[in-house]
Amino acid sequence: MAYSDKVLDHYYNPRNVGSFDRADPLVGTGVVGAPECGDVMKLQIRINEKTGLIEDAKFKTFGCGSAIASSSLATEWLKGKTLDEAMDIRNTAIVEELCLPPVKVHCSVLAEDAIKAAIKDYQTKNLGSAAVAEPLMVGV
Amino acid sequence: MSASLKLPIFMDNNSTTRCDPRVVEAMLPFFTENYGNAASRNHSFGWVAEEAVESAREQVGRLIGASGKEIIFTSGATESNNLAIKGVASMYRKKGNHIITTSIEHKAVLDPCKRLERDGFEVTYLPVDKFGRVSPEQVAEAITDKTILVSVMAANNEIGTLQPLAAIGAICKARGVLFHTDAVQAVGKVPVDVEAMGIDLLSLTAHKLYGPKGLGALYVRRKNPRVRLDALMDGGGHERGMRSGTLAVPGIVGLGAACELAGKLRESETQRLLTLRKRLYDGITAELGDIGLNGHPIDRLPGNLNLSFAFVEGEAMMMGIRDVAVSSGSACTSASLEPSYVLQAIGVGDELAHSSIRFGLGRFTTEAEIDFVIRQVITAVNHLREMSPLYEMHKQGIDLSTVAWAAH
Ligand SMILES: Cc1ncc(COP(=O)(O)O)c(C=O)c1O
Ligand code: FES
Repeated sequence: MAYSDKVLDHYYNPRNVGSFDRADPLVGTGVVGAPECGDVMKLQIRINEKTGLIEDAKFKTFGCGSAIASSSLATEWLKGKTLDEAMDIRNTAIVEELCLPPVKVHCSVLAEDAIKAAIKDYQTKNLGSAAVAEPLMVGV
Repeated sequence: MSASLKLPIFMDNNSTTRCDPRVVEAMLPFFTENYGNAASRNHSFGWVAEEAVESAREQVGRLIGASGKEIIFTSGATESNNLAIKGVASMYRKKGNHIITTSIEHKAVLDPCKRLERDGFEVTYLPVDKFGRVSPEQVAEAITDKTILVSVMAANNEIGTLQPLAAIGAICKARGVLFHTDAVQAVGKVPVDVEAMGIDLLSLTAHKLYGPKGLGALYVRRKNPRVRLDALMDGGGHERGMRSGTLAVPGIVGLGAACELAGKLRESETQRLLTLRKRLYDGITAELGDIGLNGHPIDRLPGNLNLSFAFVEGEAMMMGIRDVAVSSGSACTSASLEPSYVLQAIGVGDELAHSSIRFGLGRFTTEAEIDFVIRQVITAVNHLREMSPLYEMHKQGIDLSTVAWAAH
């Protein structure tokens, strides 16, 4: 199977690989997938206390090239977004941007799930605190 | 990088092999000048073709210790396996309906067995040990008075493990059960002798031994005992009535030439491959930790190296070494999205099955290629481990098996 240039680019030059301190209250961490399934994605966001925007995002992924590219792309898209906007990122947009073939759609689903899990983690941590002015419903 | 290195590098010789130029050379006249039908008895075109076919039969037989008369030409090992298993099942049905095989056979054995199960046969799929081996005792215990056939592969295509054929053959002989082996991976690579190993039926294919694709053979024993088969296809009654169809003369000549070459080169090639394989393994493990060897450390095909690179997914790995053609047991590379059933059968955990890469070294593999592959593998694994959440957890001392994963 041939990979799209965009997948290759994210694979060879992944954006925002790394980790934030999970314990940091301004950080939301989402870990989805399982090693037995061949894919584990960890996606983290850091929220700016003043603006409430996602100021930074990082990922680490165990999975195929499409899974790596999906999560790398997700971190790019997350930066500068509000949590509401981030909740609206759909896997189909990732599929489209990376030209993923049908067998790789689940890799993009994983990225969407990871985003949602990270947001949820952040919100759970900050329940009742000022950082979450309007708590979001997390439906997955 | 050495100047002589040509990319991409083919290191997937368990999937297929390059046709040896000497084999191609031998085949060519049978496309252009000697294009007769080997069954034409009344003119020279036919005689030339027939003579070439008979000489190829001898060449194939010689490589496995058989007589040329016992060789049936087919379209490949898938057909040979089907013919052996279904042909025996149909012919000996009155004698019994039980077949014994292993859980790590190629699909070309497993699927005919499954079909027979639907048709009322009983099939025992013997489990294998952590190296991928069945023991002769397991076979002996599984034989019942209904057993008509034991089918055990000579060498596994994924992990290279060799089976104790001679001991299994002796048991089958003693119990009066026919013994078939899918020897596709073994023939020409390790010694295979139908007499010494008590083999009654043996499948092989040309494209795994530097011959052309689409041509295989089935060895069918003619005496002690004389094995009979029901044909799969009806037609002109070629090949002792077991396989009708005009003989594919160029391919047959190619298979013959490939077998003769393999016989001549096997011993020196084995030494060369063992040296190259050691160089590959040592080179990779000198710089990378957490690598598992899948299959038997010694009793395996000389050109096969199957490794699991923990914390790294196989398809991503293949993408990282994209100038090198290898294969992986990872689900991401398979249409079924299931990891390799062979690796599962030897107890390699699913997470390590996803991380496996099969390197298949062959006749045309060079030392320069091995060195290139070592560098590529090290770079790719380091790149991917840097990105791997599992590697990060491992380094933090977290036991991955104790983590409650949010499965999806
Ligand atoms: C062990 C084994 N059996 C059977 C086959 C099928 O052979 P063929 O491609 O000639 O049908 C293969 C190769 O694909 C194999 O590795
Ligand atoms: S992670 Fe397995 S196909 Fe993408």
